[in-house]
Amino acid sequence: MSAHATSTYVPKSRIAKWFESRLPVVGLVHGSFIAYPVPRNLNYFWTFGAILSAFLGIQIITGVWLAMHYDPSAANAFESVEHIMRDVNYGWLLRYAHANGASMFFLAVYVHIFRALYYGSYKAPREVLYLLGVIIYLLMMATAFLGYTLPWGQMSFWGATVITNILAAIPVVGDSIQSLLWGGYSVGNPTINRFFSLHYLLPWMIAGVVVLHVWALHVTGQNNPAGIPIKSSKDAVPFTPYATIKDVFATVAFMIIFAWFIFYQPNYLGHADNYVPANASVTPAHIVPEWYFLPFYAILRAVPDKLGGVIMMFGAVAILAFAPWLDTSRVRSTNYRPVYKVFFWVFVFNAILLGWLGAKPPEGGYVIVGRICTIYYFAHFLLVMPLVGLFETPKPLPGSILETVTGPRYGSSEGPTPGAPVEDANKNIPEWAKPDAVKSH
Amino acid sequence: MMRTPTLLAATLIAALGIGQAAAEEHGHNPPREHWSFAGVFGKFDEAQLQRGFQVYKEVCSNCHSMKLVKFRNLSEEGGPGFSEAQVKALAETYQIKDENDKGETIERPGRPADAFPLLHPNEKAAAAAHGGKAPPDFSVLAKARTYERGFPAFVFDALPLTGYSEQGVDYIHALMTGYGDAPEGKEVPDGAFYNKYYPQGQVIAMPPPLSDGAVTYAKNDKGEPVVPETVDQYARDVAAFMAWAAEPHMMERKALGFRVILFLIILSGLLYYVKKRVWKPLGGEVHGLQPELHKTS
Repeated sequence: MSAHATSTYVPKSRIAKWFESRLPVVGLVHGSFIAYPVPRNLNYFWTFGAILSAFLGIQIITGVWLAMHYDPSAANAFESVEHIMRDVNYGWLLRYAHANGASMFFLAVYVHIFRALYYGSYKAPREVLYLLGVIIYLLMMATAFLGYTLPWGQMSFWGATVITNILAAIPVVGDSIQSLLWGGYSVGNPTINRFFSLHYLLPWMIAGVVVLHVWALHVTGQNNPAGIPIKSSKDAVPFTPYATIKDVFATVAFMIIFAWFIFYQPNYLGHADNYVPANASVTPAHIVPEWYFLPFYAILRAVPDKLGGVIMMFGAVAILAFAPWLDTSRVRSTNYRPVYKVFFWVFVFNAILLGWLGAKPPEGGYVIVGRICTIYYFAHFLLVMPLVGLFETPKPLPGSILETVTGPRYGSSEGPTPGAPVEDANKNIPEWAKPDAVKSH
Repeated sequence: MMRTPTLLAATLIAALGIGQAAAEEHGHNPPREHWSFAGVFGKFDEAQLQRGFQVYKEVCSNCHSMKLVKFRNLSEEGGPGFSEAQVKALAETYQIKDENDKGETIERPGRPADAFPLLHPNEKAAAAAHGGKAPPDFSVLAKARTYERGFPAFVFDALPLTGYSEQGVDYIHALMTGYGDAPEGKEVPDGAFYNKYYPQGQVIAMPPPLSDGAVTYAKNDKGEPVVPETVDQYARDVAAFMAWAAEPHMMERKALGFRVILFLIILSGLLYYVKKRVWKPLGGEVHGLQPELHKTS
């Protein structure tokens, strides 16, 4: 981890010293979750990192347990899921927690992504941190898609068929990718075998990239609602206890929503058709993906050409990765960007509208509105982000993070002038986080 | 800037208009019924589940299997509440395919641990015996059926107080009571029936399965019927029974959920005050207070 984060830990006992000099892992945890300087003006949108970590853990634990009872074969998968629901002790709880946990994971990740977009968390120096986040999101999408096929209901089967068919549209390698995923010439028993294997593999890759994501975060430091860097110890608080207790509170509060879905609306976010066993000779009336894929599904279907639709759908995710370089604004936080603020909320509305359209049949007016929304989605990144940044006059930025909390009288007077280039947050290490500060402790 | 919200509103209204037009093509939505097991404190009505099982056994089970439900489930907590002796006696009336010690296929009387047997050796045989389409298995059917609620109803369906998750049960009840004469101009092919709630063209292959008085319910002590012996009541009872068959742990789930959510609300309330307490020395109202950060950590 970064130098300033590890240096504050001083092992006290002899064994701790012995261990730390051989593997400084305690110092690493200390630097990342105890002494780590946190901007003191963070709002609750910054607790979603902790909430997401909790859901990664929940999904892995419930998933490992479900895998002990699940049979990944075309003949038995559906009934083994029902065996879990009916005969395994608290199997219904495990399965509903896992299925709804995926939805909650995506709900939290969307808040997390929109928070990053609103507060300009993708801008320098956090581009790599942000790109790792986009990779996690991609891996999450792949994992969720694979997981949804495993109960082997009608929507599982036909979802798998639709998605593997659109992959076949990729020039040159498409057909090979498709037969590799199928393990044959149609979705069948080899498909569910390998989807199960991959569904078990990808979460560990997510966990690995999450470690990199946290590492990158602790090098650059957190962004904050003001979008200005930490300039002095007055601007920051140590991670523990301040951020820890806030994260724990927010995570437990979020679990109320999670519990509501598990216990009272366990099938609300799924599809009734997935309680019909997979049948290759009966196509469901509407093949619809899970709610978190709906905006992308709407984009796929908005394009009249198959390959074009596939390109646009993957492009809709890929374009997120270019945000750090498409955004020309000199200030990070949209709080200080009156024009972009309007565009931001239009973008959010547009994304939700795309999601609603994704659940509708691709006919008549839905297609037309879908096309307008698709064009607007890309225009936001390709036109709004570069142009608004150039022409907009931002509001004056506060002098310091402290000033945003306590008012200008107590804050530093040496703030950057409005619209001045954003500074590198890492230059400013709080006094208390330096080794000297700890020695005096 | 003033123009943007107007434009948004126009888009939304246009989109909603399209939605309504599309919904009209799907035919009738089932009426929403009152169910004892709906809502946070919902519980199955044992007597209703027993009546529903009777309807299933005497009528539906002639064509529909229920292969994921085991006889023992009928005496388990949160279900129809039959006694273990009743279940044992019931199971023995079924013949179950098994293997003997010599590896020969035999048929033996059922045991409580057995599942309800299949009516046909496989789906093809079931389809062949029913004019080309196999009658669906009953085990999870109440969860496998639904109808589209549309915007904004689907939002309220997810929320406490306005929550609604009995779409499948309402659909089953509606389907049983939805047979009738086709409206003028509606073509119904031979061997099929008009049912206004059936989503695929309102034409269903299943003949009307129930008729008034077809199932004789147990009478009370005075020899009077407890509930009317009508198609509507049969439909209601068998739909409730199917809701239980699809979700045998529903009562346990709701009871546990209440305790879990109560616990989480109290815990998050306490954590909120701990958070307030921890942050107080830094708080907004204590202007300019600068804690010595390294000492507070």
